[in-house]
Amino acid sequence: MSSLRSVLRVLRPVALAALAAAFLVVPRIVPVYFVHLLILTLVYGTMAMSLDLLMGYTGLVSFGHAAYFGVGGYTVGILALRYGLPTLAAGVGGVLVAFVQALLFGLVALRATAVYFLIITLALGMATWGLAYRWVSLTGGDNGLAGIPPPEVGLPWSLSDPTNLYYLILGVVVLAALVLYRFVRSPFGLSLRGIRESESRMRVLGYNTWAHKYVAFVVAGTFSGLGGVLYVFYNGFVSPADVHLTGSAEAVLMVLLGGSGTLFGPVIGAGVVVFLRNLVSAYTHRWLLILGLVYVLTVLYAPRGILGAAQELWRRLERAVVREAEPRAEVRPIEEVAPQQNPTGGEESV
Amino acid sequence: MEFWVGQTLNGLSFGALLFLLASGLSLMFGLMRIVNIAIGSYYLIGAYVALSALKFSGQLGLALLGAVAAVALIGVGMQRFLLARFHAEPQPQVLLTMGAAFMFADIALWLWGGDPQRLPTPRMVAFSVEIGPSVFPAYRLVVIAVGVLVYLFLWLIQERTRLGAIVRAAVDDQEMARGLGINVGRILTAMFAVGAGLAALAGVVGGPFLGVYPGADFEVIPLAFAVVIIGGLGSLHGALAGSLLVGLVDNFGKALFPELSYFTLFLPMALVLAIRPTGLFGKG
Repeated sequence: MSSLRSVLRVLRPVALAALAAAFLVVPRIVPVYFVHLLILTLVYGTMAMSLDLLMGYTGLVSFGHAAYFGVGGYTVGILALRYGLPTLAAGVGGVLVAFVQALLFGLVALRATAVYFLIITLALGMATWGLAYRWVSLTGGDNGLAGIPPPEVGLPWSLSDPTNLYYLILGVVVLAALVLYRFVRSPFGLSLRGIRESESRMRVLGYNTWAHKYVAFVVAGTFSGLGGVLYVFYNGFVSPADVHLTGSAEAVLMVLLGGSGTLFGPVIGAGVVVFLRNLVSAYTHRWLLILGLVYVLTVLYAPRGILGAAQELWRRLERAVVREAEPRAEVRPIEEVAPQQNPTGGEESV
Repeated sequence: MEFWVGQTLNGLSFGALLFLLASGLSLMFGLMRIVNIAIGSYYLIGAYVALSALKFSGQLGLALLGAVAAVALIGVGMQRFLLARFHAEPQPQVLLTMGAAFMFADIALWLWGGDPQRLPTPRMVAFSVEIGPSVFPAYRLVVIAVGVLVYLFLWLIQERTRLGAIVRAAVDDQEMARGLGINVGRILTAMFAVGAGLAALAGVVGGPFLGVYPGADFEVIPLAFAVVIIGGLGSLHGALAGSLLVGLVDNFGKALFPELSYFTLFLPMALVLAIRPTGLFGKG
């Protein structure tokens, strides 16, 4: 029986390694169209991961997360096109402006909680969309900004080749994912989960819950901005559609599909949305209808998402294995066994 | 002077329109704690149904009634079949209404096409009036009147009738109201129908001067939300105060800073939230 247990223990890193290998090798062997979809998965995945920081870990559903994505992208476009800034400077500028935007919006949005927070972020997101749409002299209005040059960071490989750009973006996204992972695993991340479970209790324990939420909000906005920066470097084009409520709602769907509170799940969710959208648009123009339908079906039938469901399955499997191993523990006095009988207690579900 | 009078009246008429939307939103929220993102879809579909009904019957009054009834029915369907199973769980409810809003947007595009259309101004009020130095379309005054009438009507029902008392009882304490033999479920559904109907009314009333086009649904949502953020969810007075403020700010924003127009809402919202996080008339 313990062999099964060790198989399970080995399986997780193997799966992770296989995933990493797939991300590294697949672009070499698939058509360039799929590389395109993979890049989109990575950039939207960055936005979705950052949103999960709010949705999954802090319990704040934001319906305006595309605003930071769009502002990051627009800033790159404006800096590169109008001021001729080099890639790195424009990129850093994009992330910085999204950071400042999140600093500002956070002050407003976090005045409220729960449903109020949701509608305020939605209104702020659409206000940003209005800015992109109407501030024609800066943003090009409905036409957007076209012809943003591909990144040039002094590498020997040409980054106008999508596969090379893919690896650069993959590197940045993996780095961002690691930072976010450290963030949610840190004591600070734990305190965020505490706030999600019971804000009043955390406050009584002496935590400044507002400040914690504010930091989470700003970090989430900044990383969404990073996603937008990468997106525009790849896409060469940014338009109000990238800031629209549809984008924010897609981000929420990515988190839901992937499983909120799993950090990497939303990247899978992003992949599902990106691939689904391209699959659907090959046959019909009814993407919004499908998007709405997926939304409704997910809420009704898969509220914990793909990775959430997988984790649940994993936990059950583990429990089954532990239970099979249990008989050996029978001879021990009950007091010693008791703490072990509940290996998947509160700690993991937090 | 002419500018200020004209723009103020424009702002007030737009505010009256927003009031219809926001009071609908508030009604639904007051009883069910549902923030209905599909309110913009009710607005747009209301206007589209009125367009079709007008083409079919030639009667503006009939078109108005048809639109309100059809959308009220849609609202009831959503409440019964989608939202009722997530009682007191705001997050899935909001997500469901978001999904529904996307589906409605696409279905409307499918049925009525992508070209911008316009409802005709009723012939009776298709003239201009002079107010001081400025000339003003009479229809805008009608819109203001509709807003005022609906406000008075809702206020009277809420404060002065038995039905209003029952609704208030259900808002304050659902369990107790149930215990007193009030059929709370039926009241919830009825309020949802009224809220959706009000949004459809807004679509029909706004059709002649705002136009009917795809995307209008998502454009009015943030405005309606700004109203309830400023006024406070679930409060009729709040919806009125918020709509007037948002209507005026949006209108002067468009006139004075056309490039920042949509964004000008940000300022009053931030100010109100800084002072009162639950809005001017919100109950926390």
